[in-house]
Amino acid sequence: MWRQKVSLILIGTGLLAMPVPLPARAPYPADPLQSPMWQAHAKTIFGDDPVRFDPRVKMLYPEVAENQRSFPVALDARGVGQVKRMVIFADLNPIPIAIDYRPEAAEPYVATRIKLDQRTPVRGAVQLADGQWLVAGGWVDAAGGGCSAPPVSRVKGDWATHLGEMRGEAWPMAEDGSSRLRVTFRHPMDTGFVANIPTYNIEELAVKSAAGAVLGEMEIWASVSEDPAITLMPHAKAGDVLTVDARDTNGRAYLARIAVARQSAMPSATPQ
Amino acid sequence: MAGILGALPAAALGMTEEYRIDPAVVADGIWMILGDDAPILPANGGAIANIVIIDTPAGTVLVDSGPSLRYGRALKAVAEKLTGKPVIRGYVTHLHPDHGMGIAAFDPAIVAALPQTIADISRDGRGFSDAMYRILGDWMRGTEIVLPGRRIDQASEDFGGRRVRLLALSGHSAADLALVDEKTGTLIGGDLLFHDRAPSTPTADLARWRESLDALSKTPHKGAIPGHGPFDPSGTQAIMQTRRWIDWLESALSGAVQSGLDMVEAGAMPIPPEFSGMAATRYELQRSVSHLYPGPEAKLLPRVDVPDQ
Repeated sequence: MWRQKVSLILIGTGLLAMPVPLPARAPYPADPLQSPMWQAHAKTIFGDDPVRFDPRVKMLYPEVAENQRSFPVALDARGVGQVKRMVIFADLNPIPIAIDYRPEAAEPYVATRIKLDQRTPVRGAVQLADGQWLVAGGWVDAAGGGCSAPPVSRVKGDWATHLGEMRGEAWPMAEDGSSRLRVTFRHPMDTGFVANIPTYNIEELAVKSAAGAVLGEMEIWASVSEDPAITLMPHAKAGDVLTVDARDTNGRAYLARIAVARQSAMPSATPQ
Repeated sequence: MAGILGALPAAALGMTEEYRIDPAVVADGIWMILGDDAPILPANGGAIANIVIIDTPAGTVLVDSGPSLRYGRALKAVAEKLTGKPVIRGYVTHLHPDHGMGIAAFDPAIVAALPQTIADISRDGRGFSDAMYRILGDWMRGTEIVLPGRRIDQASEDFGGRRVRLLALSGHSAADLALVDEKTGTLIGGDLLFHDRAPSTPTADLARWRESLDALSKTPHKGAIPGHGPFDPSGTQAIMQTRRWIDWLESALSGAVQSGLDMVEAGAMPIPPEFSGMAATRYELQRSVSHLYPGPEAKLLPRVDVPDQ
C-alpha cells in the first residue's frame, strides 16, 4: 500500500518515466531480542506490511524449557482489535514457523506445543485487519535436538497403530460468545531431520460450524510437537457441534466432531 | 584492562571454581550436606541435592555423591577428614545426575545402587551428562559416566557393627533407594522425600511414589534426611509434605484438563496457600505439567475422531 502511494505521487509529478529506483521500504523496527534471524524472518513473514513490537500481544510459555521436544506456547491477542492472522515461530529452529492461524470467527487465541532445536527467540506475531503486524516474544533457553531427535512413537514403533486417533472437548465461554476447543492428534510429526525418516506432518487444520462455515483455519509445520495438542476459541455456543478437519503431508484426512458442552468448564483451575 | 578481567568468569581466566561443602551433624555419626534450593545452575555448580556422610567402625559411608567429579573429590576429602577413615561405600539413591555423577571420583567397586538404577543410568546417563555439561560447563570438567559396580540385592549392609537397612522403593524414579541407620534411627529418603521444597517429577510414577511414602511412614525411624530441603527432625513432616504435593498435583492436573486448560495455562494455575512455605513451587509445577500433562489428556479427553466412511 505504501508503495502504491509512492507510485501515485510519482505519476502525479510526472517523474515516473525517469529511471528512479523505488525507495527501499522502511526498515523493520530494531529487534529487542537482537536475534540474528530477525530481518530474514520479518521479510518472509511480514513482507512490506508495517511491523511493531507490542506488549498487548501476549506470547506465553513456561519459565523453563523442560522438554525441548514439547515446549508449551500460547499466543493471546484478545483485546488488540480485529486479528486476521496469528503466527507462532522460533527464529533459530530449522523449521521456524510452527503455526500460521487465521481466526475467521474465533477469538485470537491459539496454544500448542513446539519443538526447540536450540536456544532461540520464540515469538508470536498477529496481523490486524489493517495489515499491521504486532510482535511479542522472548529468548528461551533449551537443550539442543528438539527437531532432530526421533519421535517417541517412532522409537516405540507404535505410531501407525495410533495414527488418526483424535481426542477433544469444547466448552462454552461465559463472557464473549466464544467457546474453548481443545483437540489432540496422535501423529509423529516427523521433521525430516532424523535419518531415513522423511518429513511427515499434519499441515492443515480447519474448525467449522455445523453449517460448514470456517471458524478458524491454520497451516501447521513439523516444528509442532509429536502428538499435536491445539487449543482455540471459536465462536460457538453450548450445544453447537464443531467439526475439526485436518490433513497431513501424505494426504491422510482427519475428521472429528466435538459438541460444545452445555456447561462451562470447572472454574476450580482457572489460571491466575 | 583490569575492569575487563574483573568481568570475566573465573573459568575464562583458567581459574577453577570450587564447591563449598559444609556438613552439619544431624545424628550421632551422621552429617548432611544441604543442597542449594535452586535449579541446576552455574552459580551452584549443580550442588542442589543433599548428601549424607555416615561414620562407621569399618569406614566412611556416603549416600549420594553430588553432580560432578570435582564435587565427588571434594566430598571425599571433606568426609575422610571429618571421620578420619577412608570412604568404603558410596550409595547412589537413584538415577538423577545431581545425586550420582559424583561417583566419578570413586572406585566403582565400592559404589552400590539398586539394579534398576544401574540399568537406568546406563540407558539415560549420556543424555543426563550432555545436559549437565551444557548447563554447568567447567564445573563438569573430567566427569565421566560411571556405573555403580555393586548391585544391591540385600536388605541391609553391616559396617563393622553399624548396620544400615536398604529399602528398595520406587515412584520418584523406577528405582529409589531409601536407607535407615539402625544405630540412630535416621531415615535417608533420597528423592522420595522433599522437605520445604516442591517435589520434582521428571521420571515419576505418582501412584508408586504414594505407595513408597506409605512404606516409609510404616518404617520405624526418627529424623528424616530428604533428597532436597532441610533435615526433618520429626521424621514425618517431609513424608507428609511430599505426599500432599503429589496428591494435589495429580488432582490439579486432572482438573486442568477437565477445565480445558492448555499446558501454558495449567502451569500458571494458582498454587494452594498450604504450599507457600515450600521453595520452587511454580518452577516444579511447570516442570510437572511438562512431564505429566499428556497422561490425563489421553485419559480424560474423549475420542472424537469420526471413523472413515
